[in-house]
Amino acid sequence: MMTRVLAVAAAELRIARRNLWVLMASVIMTLFALALTFAGAAPTGALGVDLLTVSVASMTTLSVYLAPLLALMMSFDAIAGESERGGLALLLTYPVSRGEILFGKFLAHIGTIALAMVIGFGAAGMAAALSGGAGTESLTALLRLIGTSILLGAVFLALGYALSAAVSSPTAAAGLAAGLWLIFVVLYDLGLLGAVVYDNDGFFTRRIFPWLLVLNPADAFRLWNVGASENVALANGMTGVAGALPGWSAPVSLLLWPLAAFVLARQIFRRVQP
Amino acid sequence: MTERTETRAASPDARDVLAVRGLCKSHGRVRTLDAVDLDLKPGERVALLGHNGAGKTTLMKLILGLWTPSGGEIRVAGAVPGSAEARKASAYLPEAVAFHRALTGREQLTLFARLAGAPVKTVGELLERVGVADAADRRIGTWSKGMRQRLGLAQVLLGRPRIALLDEPTSGLDPISRHDLYAIIDEMAQNGTAVLIASHALTEVEARTDRIAIMRKGRIVADDTLARLSARAELPIRLRLTAQNDDASEVHARIGGERINGASVELLCSPETKMQRLAHIAALGDLVIDVEMAPPSLEDLYRHYSQGDRT
Repeated sequence: MMTRVLAVAAAELRIARRNLWVLMASVIMTLFALALTFAGAAPTGALGVDLLTVSVASMTTLSVYLAPLLALMMSFDAIAGESERGGLALLLTYPVSRGEILFGKFLAHIGTIALAMVIGFGAAGMAAALSGGAGTESLTALLRLIGTSILLGAVFLALGYALSAAVSSPTAAAGLAAGLWLIFVVLYDLGLLGAVVYDNDGFFTRRIFPWLLVLNPADAFRLWNVGASENVALANGMTGVAGALPGWSAPVSLLLWPLAAFVLARQIFRRVQP
Repeated sequence: MTERTETRAASPDARDVLAVRGLCKSHGRVRTLDAVDLDLKPGERVALLGHNGAGKTTLMKLILGLWTPSGGEIRVAGAVPGSAEARKASAYLPEAVAFHRALTGREQLTLFARLAGAPVKTVGELLERVGVADAADRRIGTWSKGMRQRLGLAQVLLGRPRIALLDEPTSGLDPISRHDLYAIIDEMAQNGTAVLIASHALTEVEARTDRIAIMRKGRIVADDTLARLSARAELPIRLRLTAQNDDASEVHARIGGERINGASVELLCSPETKMQRLAHIAALGDLVIDVEMAPPSLEDLYRHYSQGDRT
């Protein structure tokens, strides 16, 4: 089984490299991370934390938007594109299961995302540490940011495969991917915010809202990074919600999401008749 | 994928590498396949002919386990389509095969070899065998259609399948490539691979296959050797006479038939009366300067079976 998964992964990795995905993802992450680090250099004095902490806080916000975007851009074409080109039918006549194909593609794509995160956040973190100082705590926060960003990427890769299997054309898959991104990253939070304002610090705000927030992988990502580091929370202004939830809730959400999304993608892919 | 466990239905020959029994497929209300029976023995080359939409591709996709049948039964090398054994035993060349543009030919074939469990070292030989070794390390995006078709054929040869399903394999190939393709098909058949070829290229199929199956509206309306199909169809032989002095009126008056132009007359006769007819023509002496005789062609046969003058 592993030889087949690795064969698919090796081919996909070559495709990602030749399509310049690896390069583009790394460059985008590095540019944004560096820009935010130095744009965020101003408030360090006021909060009394080192530059790396502030940098991690702003990069957390960056990653909430960019990690799902990169992941969806890589994955929306994975099945619909292959199906439209006519290669999927041929691939599926080989003795390889649909789960193996999906997992092989996933390994290649998550590898690309991991590389981009390590290079981008690593470069920005190093620049921040060199110019503004860093401590053990802020270094841990940086590593946590890189790790959780990869997990967040994994969630949206798998969701991208699911919608790529659900529709027949890459164009439709691209449209759905944009919608999915908008819902998880922007609209969900806006909706909750509206409800909180309407509720005016009632039962909903104190009891239900934090759980609804942690159910969204993008918010779980934010909460995990914020909840684990008081300094990052301070710089991010999310202490309130993080305090209302048990510490395990955000990690559990962000670890379960990739698995659930992958299972969903595999189920939908199994129903495809190319 | 359906999981069916019932044992195989009685089949005429247990050696058949492909056995299709009463196969049906409906897309909504449209029935694209209706009670199709088809058998292939090892080393047999069978042409599957039919109009667009007759159900050739549907039949192939069902045999490959890509689609699930609405009824009936298929066994590929004794296994259920789509199962690991069936997939290992079969190879497929889709119509207008497409590969990933960013991969080179060698990389694409290596991927297929790994998936098929075939030794990767055969990749080079196969690329050589189908004549694309020179381009092997260039991206497929830069290849011509004919070269891609050859690469598609190379992946059919991987791991010596027991049955190969080729969907319109000659589309987009130049005459020399077609010749090469049929040479490879012959070689596969000699090695014991059963080959099912869906094609429109009637004349090539005539010379290169052991049996012909003709599909019409989701049914198999003929399935036999070319000789027996022609005998059963009882199609007439066509005789064309060219008259002396470009004047066919007297020939036409004495022997009947149909005037084609000023100088020739065309007659139709059954194989049994052919000699008798020829004797009549010979008796005309100098009036006739030439006789051309055309036995029914595959195209006539195909038209006979596929246009529904019989089912």
